[in-house]
Amino acid sequence: MFRRLLLAAVASIAATGFAHAAEIAISCGAVGTELELCKSGAEAWAKKTGNTVKVVSTPNETNERLALYQQLLSAGASDIDVFQIDVIWPGILGSHFIDLAPYSKGAEKDHFPAIVANNTVDGKLVAMPWFTDAGVLYYRKDLLEKYGAQPPTTWQELTDTAAKIQEGERKAGNDKFWGFVFQGKAYEGLTCDALEWIDSFGGGTIIDEKGAITVNNPKAAAALTLAASWIGKIVPDGVLNYGEEEARGVFQSGNAAFMRNWPYAWALGNGADSPIKGKIGVAALPKGATDGKNTGTLGGWQLAVSKYSKSPEIAADLVMYLASLDVQKSRAIKGSFEPTIVALYQDKEVLTDVPFFGSLQSTFLNAVARPSKITGANYNKVSNAFWNAVHNVLSGKAKAEDSLAQLESELKRIKRSHW
Amino acid sequence: MVSFAAALSPIFWGDQMVHQSELTRARLRSAWIFLAPMLIVLALVAAWPLLRTIYLGFTDANLSDPSKAQFIGFDNFLAKYEGEWSGLLVDPQWWNAVWNTVWFTVRSVTIETVLGTIVALVLNANFPGRSIVRAAVLVPWAIPTIVSAKMWGWMLHDQFGVLNTILQNLHIISAPVAWTANADTAMWAVVIVDVWKTTPFMALLILAALQMLPSDCYEAAKVDGINPIKVFFKVTLPLIRPALLVAVIFRALDSLRIFDLIYVLTSNSRDTISMSGYARQQLVDFQEVGIGSAAATLLFIVIAIITVLALTVGKVRLAEDTAR
Repeated sequence: MFRRLLLAAVASIAATGFAHAAEIAISCGAVGTELELCKSGAEAWAKKTGNTVKVVSTPNETNERLALYQQLLSAGASDIDVFQIDVIWPGILGSHFIDLAPYSKGAEKDHFPAIVANNTVDGKLVAMPWFTDAGVLYYRKDLLEKYGAQPPTTWQELTDTAAKIQEGERKAGNDKFWGFVFQGKAYEGLTCDALEWIDSFGGGTIIDEKGAITVNNPKAAAALTLAASWIGKIVPDGVLNYGEEEARGVFQSGNAAFMRNWPYAWALGNGADSPIKGKIGVAALPKGATDGKNTGTLGGWQLAVSKYSKSPEIAADLVMYLASLDVQKSRAIKGSFEPTIVALYQDKEVLTDVPFFGSLQSTFLNAVARPSKITGANYNKVSNAFWNAVHNVLSGKAKAEDSLAQLESELKRIKRSHW
Repeated sequence: MVSFAAALSPIFWGDQMVHQSELTRARLRSAWIFLAPMLIVLALVAAWPLLRTIYLGFTDANLSDPSKAQFIGFDNFLAKYEGEWSGLLVDPQWWNAVWNTVWFTVRSVTIETVLGTIVALVLNANFPGRSIVRAAVLVPWAIPTIVSAKMWGWMLHDQFGVLNTILQNLHIISAPVAWTANADTAMWAVVIVDVWKTTPFMALLILAALQMLPSDCYEAAKVDGINPIKVFFKVTLPLIRPALLVAVIFRALDSLRIFDLIYVLTSNSRDTISMSGYARQQLVDFQEVGIGSAAATLLFIVIAIITVLALTVGKVRLAEDTAR
């Protein structure tokens, strides 16, 4: 015992120069391999520095996680030192986090500037970028080949190809087979998916950069009308209650031809126990029409240190370690988490394991951001109104045009004179 | 407090006030001393949070910094802003939540009462292994709501759910139904799970009432050769009505507050959101502590009104019975 303590103390002094060891609690997501990789990363740091870490797992769905964080932070609780936060939260939660600039020693310059800008609130670097995300289209290479189809370039093409494969596979005996799955539950994920449809049709981003409400337009209506036509035909009715993991459940068990999801699903779909291992292709999400554009909603997670933490400098050290090049690289290879460090997109090892990081780099760079910056603390209300409007269209309760008009007046009510 | 003191010593009241004996005063003092701990605890855990919630409902408190709350009067409930009414009382989402909750309460409590009565009648009969069955029936009630809701969430799942498989094998449905996703079935799915969970509670309360019934009425009915169905409606039902009413009010109050089951099964979907769900969404998701507290206050008022109505209606009926 004494020897271990001594070793730990020596290691801690040698590695970081801190005089005392602390226990740092970090909250990690648990989608796919997230928790496992977060644990191994944090434990490697603990071993190196002689501190101990406690990994707290949090709800899978992002708005659930936000609710939990808000309760903890507004109570000023010191239970969690390091928070894994969504790309849309710096505006909502920023006041509870410390400025990381004194600890980063300029390391943030290696990361995507857009994400660093997103994480800077009132001149404070409230969070370090950890991994980024953009929606991509997963498809079954083997099935496209079998039916002589190409990865779709427009949503209409996807609709036709999905219908064809679904019909064929059902005739072949799999009556649970569906053409396409996505995240259709009334939650933040649906906001991401629907923003992609609308943006790919050229229908804007709900609210533009200046804060004007733009969502009620014919292109947005066309996008939602097409999406609503999928339900029950090429998409199971149940999608209206699916999050990321439910969609992956259907796709990875071999029951869907296409899936919209985040990059993390790649490593899992190609895992040793996956029935569709080696049969998956990844493409950019289709365009709305031939004159539309490929897009993907910008997601991603950051690491922030609570200002209520008892040992903020040690917690900041853990954040810097986890956001470093080595850790991001191993997470990219093991879990297909997209790095935020630009140099890793040229890294040979990363590109061999996750080839689409190279081929889709332009999509990732041009990912469409949700209007969280301009709407600030009101973002949740905006997103909630938006996903409910979309959910109403998908479930056939309202026509796209009516629903968008209603959404516009609801957003005006939320906005009043300013966001 | 006043009524409590009055109840303890009616001699305090009005003209009747007479000189109190030393003994009465001593008894009064010790009564207060014995009751004080309970009153303090109640004030701390029930009265204080309730009053604070009501107060917060009149402020613009925000979760990011609740200390900055300012008093804004009735603005959370109803306010006019640039010629447009705003506030809870004109918010269609709030009324949607009220409607959902009432819809849910009426249906689930009705079904639970009928099924609970049937189960109680069965359990009241004498058959071998009755005590084991009585214990087994309580299992759904004993499972925490979150656990049973998650469990049912999987059973109702459109792709992997056991319920769809069973119904399909019995050829009742041809394609799997997305129970919790479809707007038409989502609320019924919630009702089904709630009925499964709380029927045992109803059955238990009704069973207790059944066991208190005097046997002479039944003996008389047996001698007269009245058929059992008529005995149930003419003898059993009137006799257990007070207990039944208490059970129904208990359940209705509980249902009006429903949150966990709906939240786990269908999240914040507008098809199923309840009044409590709405209040939580405002409080936590939107950080609007003021509006959320106002919604919680309205929820409290709605429940209070319904309780008073139910008790009044119940009393009227009971009075009619005695008059007949």
